[in-house]
Amino acid sequence: MKKILKNQAVQSLLASLLCVLAGLLIGYIVLLFINPAGAWEAIVTVVKNFFYYPSKAAVVKYFGNTLVKTAPLLMCGLSVLFAYKVGLFNIGAAGQYVVGVAASLYLALALHMPWYVCLIAAMLAGALLGAISGLLKSYCNVNEVISCIMLNWISLYGTNLLLNNVKETASPYTFNLVNVNASALIPSMGLSKLFAGNRYVTIAIPIAVIVAILVWVILEKTKFGYELRATGNNKNAAKYCGMNEKRNIILTMMISGALAGLGAALLYLTGFEQWQCSQSSVPGMGFNGIAAAFLGGLNPIGTIFSSYFIQHITNGGAYVDKSMYCAQISDLISSIIIYLCGFVAFFKYFMNSAIDRREAKKAEKLARAETEEGGQK
Amino acid sequence: MENPYAIEMLHITKKFPGIIANDDITLQLKKGEIHALLGENGAGKSTLMSVLFGLYQAEEGVIKKDGREVQIKNPNDANDLGIGMVHQHFKLVECFTVLDNIILGVEPNKHGFLQKQEAREKVLALSERYGLHVDPDALIEDITVGMQQRTEILKMLYRDNEILIFDEPTAVLTPQEIDELMQIMKNLSAEGKSILFISHKLNEIMEVSDRVTVLRKGKYIGTVETAKTSKEELSRMMVGRDVEFVVAKDEAKPGDVVLDVEGITVASKVHSNNAVKDVSFQVHAGEILCIAGIDGNGQTELVYGITGLEPLKAGKLTLCGQDITKAPIRRRSVMGMSHIPEDRHKHGLVLDYSLEYNMVLQRYFEPEFTNKAGFLKRPQIRKYAEKLIDQYDVRSGQGPITVARSMSGGNQQKAIVARELDKDPKLLVAVQPTRGLDVGAIEYIHKQLVAQRDAGGAVLLVSLELDEVMSLSDRILVMYEGEIVGELDPKTTTVEELGLYMAGAKRKEAAQ
Ligand SMILES: Nc1ncnc2c1ncn2[C@@H]1O[C@H](COP(=O)(O)OP(=O)(O)OP(=O)(O)O)[C@@H](O)[C@H]1O
Ligand SMILES: [Mg+2]
Repeated sequence: MKKILKNQAVQSLLASLLCVLAGLLIGYIVLLFINPAGAWEAIVTVVKNFFYYPSKAAVVKYFGNTLVKTAPLLMCGLSVLFAYKVGLFNIGAAGQYVVGVAASLYLALALHMPWYVCLIAAMLAGALLGAISGLLKSYCNVNEVISCIMLNWISLYGTNLLLNNVKETASPYTFNLVNVNASALIPSMGLSKLFAGNRYVTIAIPIAVIVAILVWVILEKTKFGYELRATGNNKNAAKYCGMNEKRNIILTMMISGALAGLGAALLYLTGFEQWQCSQSSVPGMGFNGIAAAFLGGLNPIGTIFSSYFIQHITNGGAYVDKSMYCAQISDLISSIIIYLCGFVAFFKYFMNSAIDRREAKKAEKLARAETEEGGQK
Repeated sequence: MENPYAIEMLHITKKFPGIIANDDITLQLKKGEIHALLGENGAGKSTLMSVLFGLYQAEEGVIKKDGREVQIKNPNDANDLGIGMVHQHFKLVECFTVLDNIILGVEPNKHGFLQKQEAREKVLALSERYGLHVDPDALIEDITVGMQQRTEILKMLYRDNEILIFDEPTAVLTPQEIDELMQIMKNLSAEGKSILFISHKLNEIMEVSDRVTVLRKGKYIGTVETAKTSKEELSRMMVGRDVEFVVAKDEAKPGDVVLDVEGITVASKVHSNNAVKDVSFQVHAGEILCIAGIDGNGQTELVYGITGLEPLKAGKLTLCGQDITKAPIRRRSVMGMSHIPEDRHKHGLVLDYSLEYNMVLQRYFEPEFTNKAGFLKRPQIRKYAEKLIDQYDVRSGQGPITVARSMSGGNQQKAIVARELDKDPKLLVAVQPTRGLDVGAIEYIHKQLVAQRDAGGAVLLVSLELDEVMSLSDRILVMYEGEIVGELDPKTTTVEELGLYMAGAKRKEAAQ
């Protein structure tokens, strides 16, 4: 038992679960303060998400919806994770995600390209944005966090401008993909049937999982991953053994950007959402990616599960009784939980010292028992 | 009768994954004595001291202070009991002054306002009393390692610690500073402080300690009185065999020029002057050329320039006939340059990588370890690492998969030396290659360096250790304030003469 608890992987998992529990608890307390009458019910609703529906078909269908939005979140999580392994904090995943939307939707709606071309374009756009931060970092020593934040805003307004060309006249939203260019929809290949005909469920979901596994393979099994992690762990040693730090930083930011851009395409090319061209804030998807990466223990496979969980909570928040709580309550609850997710490291430390203390106490007891025994003799 | 022991560590056992670092070890420290702790690399010395200082919790055993059992759960507990420690790697805040570092955490205050004057007086009084010269207002990053160490010692004294632990304090000091430290330790013990002292240098132990406790592979071997023992006996207790202190080597047979350094100048990071000023020399195949000098006279920057870690401001470098003045580090390495770096944690290792990954740090990209598709060949890496571990006796808890961070300082060093020597370099740049190694390991590494030389390799050795310089080198260049001030032949020079050159009291133009 003790051995299992000391295992690194098990610890990460437990710490993540603890974070989730703590997040739910604090969320519950906040709800209690706002309106104690419905608090318990509300928090249960958040956790239940699609189980809220009585019919099995509906449950399956809305489970599909959660999965559809998990795919882009997973990509953003991977984007953050990949850069983090090299010691970079890619807060620009949000912006890279946004240009991914721009590229994929513009190609789909204005140029009537098929889905795979749009997908690749989104990756290229994200990579390009990432490259800017990478270049600035390696050649001008501009902190990537600063340049990324700036680029987030530039890309938001640039995207609004560009997609204005393909938006409906009466609303701020872009055209519906189904009506304009159905060939740009990511194929479902029968997956939608599994989810009670939910046509948004496409191969985007398996693609996302495969990419996560790929990222894991690159980081753990290849020479490139070896170099990247060495650079992230000890920049000086990487330089000492002749690794090309500048090139690696730029490449990393490009790959991170491509991942986030791909995430955008995996969502928008299902037709699940349209872009709102009057949007004045950067979508939270990229930022939630940070939480997903950390909650997933900075492990690509772990991130698959953590991003599902975060999406689950976010979707569940939508079902909270709006007559008792204001409309933003769902965002508030999920943000609290996501925020707590960042504390994985802290929980790990806390757990370790708790184990140590227990052991010390046990040893003390034993020692005391022994001396008493000795005294009786 | 009064208990003569200040600290007793009885039957201490501390385990780490795959290894028992301390196996039923007993150590008794008398009041007012200097007690040396001796043992091979990885014997468990640092671990034992960390248990005493509350950094680790022992699984078994008790600690007694003045005969009374105590619990030391963290360094604060240790501090409350009057136990202080100078770590192998100092723990000072670089951008603070000496004074601020000393009072950090125990700042005297009145109604919440800092009373610095009071602290300054106390520090100055202490520094006077024990001969610990520091400039209270200098920034840590600007002072020498020796003064940093005196700051660490003052930090302990300022907290009125009675039991002082020194973990390999002399590994980073110059010979002059070592002499000073020995004197300081003697003063401290004369004042009634009890001192625990870890060192691999038997001369120091013989000079300063009252008693010595020897550990081997985590086990307690014995405690002896220094006056009744000898260097030879101590090393036998420690490694279980006789150790040769002087390397046996034949006359060097210098061959072609391997490295040609022509008038190189390297900028300094700390001041606006150049750290290396127009330095020229040649290293030949089959010789060990040593750069001697007091720490901080440009040796570090010279090596950075040669290995490519820093760009040259002027001058030309030629390796085996090819111009490498502007060559990237990887190219130099592939051409046959190896580099044992001065700072093993900063440059030498990726501490969070496993030992096997660190072993291939210079070669991971070779076809032997990476296939055409860019995947690492794990089984080959494992096999190669196991070979080196075996050959160089690198000890660790879990072999190739041990995380480098958890290895003992000396074994980390051995891993680096193994990696760099096994590349079979044409030119080996070795900076303090035996820093922190035990006598047995030093003997082995010295033999390897000589073997490297005899096989026709060129060795550029940078060392602060005069014994090492005198016994290993075929030629000595002395560096002073960024210039080569003399070339000496170790066979005809005395240590005293070398010392004069190093201090800048004597100079002659280096013969080219
Ligand atoms: N935190 C740790 N985790 C796992 N193993 C450890 C840890 N610290 C030390 N060890 C192991 O315990 C053993 C003893 O290490 P320790 O640092 O005490 O050696 P040492 O006697 O100080 O050696 P050196 O002279 O090289 O400094 C080593 O084999 C090391 O690998
Ligand atoms: Mg040690």
